[in-house]
Amino acid sequence: MRLRNSSMDGSDGSQLFEDTSRAGSGSQTGYRNQQAGPQAAGFPGQSLLSDPMSNLAMAYGSSLASQGREMVDKNLDRFIPISKLKYYFAVDTVYVGKKLGLLVFPYMHENWEVSYQQDTPVAPRFDVNAPDLYIPAMGFITYVLVAGLALGTQNRFSPELLGVQASSALVWLIMEVLAVLLSLYLVTVNTDLTTIDLLAFSGYKYVGMIVGVVAGLLFGKPAYYLSLLWCCVAIFVFMIRTLRLKLLSEAAAEGRLVRGARNQLRMYLTMSIAAAQPIFMYWLTYHLIR
Amino acid sequence: MAFTLYTLIQTAILCTNAIAVLHEERFLSKIGWGVDQGVGGFGDDPGVKAQVLNLIRSVRTVMRVFNSVEKSFP
Repeated sequence: MRLRNSSMDGSDGSQLFEDTSRAGSGSQTGYRNQQAGPQAAGFPGQSLLSDPMSNLAMAYGSSLASQGREMVDKNLDRFIPISKLKYYFAVDTVYVGKKLGLLVFPYMHENWEVSYQQDTPVAPRFDVNAPDLYIPAMGFITYVLVAGLALGTQNRFSPELLGVQASSALVWLIMEVLAVLLSLYLVTVNTDLTTIDLLAFSGYKYVGMIVGVVAGLLFGKPAYYLSLLWCCVAIFVFMIRTLRLKLLSEAAAEGRLVRGARNQLRMYLTMSIAAAQPIFMYWLTYHLIR
Repeated sequence: MAFTLYTLIQTAILCTNAIAVLHEERFLSKIGWGVDQGVGGFGDDPGVKAQVLNLIRSVRTVMRVFNSVEKSFP
């Protein structure tokens, strides 16, 4: 197919690449390729005219390459949902700025609902309430670097410690996500929270941790405790307000008091998920500030 | 607290093993967690206990399949 396309617009004689050796008979060769392409194997004596063969070979090669890419994409998509992951990284600077502000000061924000667009959630670029994976990923890496910095100022640094910090924080993150998944399963909440959403929400606490450790490095221990306290409360409120809409039923989410064991259980679940964040924030940073 | 990924895998395997070795008639039935005491009534609210029992039973079934597959290898 590509032969035909290239010969259609190759009125000046250029096929897929500039063929300067046949300036005169360029157009004719292009037209002949259209017919001779599929039959080039039957003309072994045409070795002088290598154009049909090379064009055929190139077309075959490019179709093989695209087939290979399709196969790799299909198989990779089976294990890691690449297309779903792309949604979580569709952010821009304004979103990141607003979200970081929301993570340390969530008290003025009023509308916490994620807006939808014909049944699919809107990309984070257009909605500040949507979860994303960019901030958690960047926060994790920055946390590891800041931990290395903090250890370095106390002369406790060695390059293996970076790896230890990173794997330790990663393991805690995975355990937290698994615990949340298990508790969501046990309480039979019908929610549209995916695993990646939970990963994103659990990763938001790294922002508070970084703020606390940096303040502790700059201004000493009291500043560390103060800023950590502020960030803990902020993350607590943020998580409660975000998870309330996703986990609780409609009526309870609006603030009305709904009785019933199930709603109470869900409320406890939301509270405990939100309360686990400050605990982890303290646990993962207190040994960095001496 | 130096956790590694290997520690996580170890923890997962040990927990799965712990669930798999619970004896059905000597232990689970005695404390009211047997397979016949799981599904109470129908309806849209299974409750925490039914979910836990379902989870234990399904983990044990999956482990049993693995066990039989591994037994068939000489």
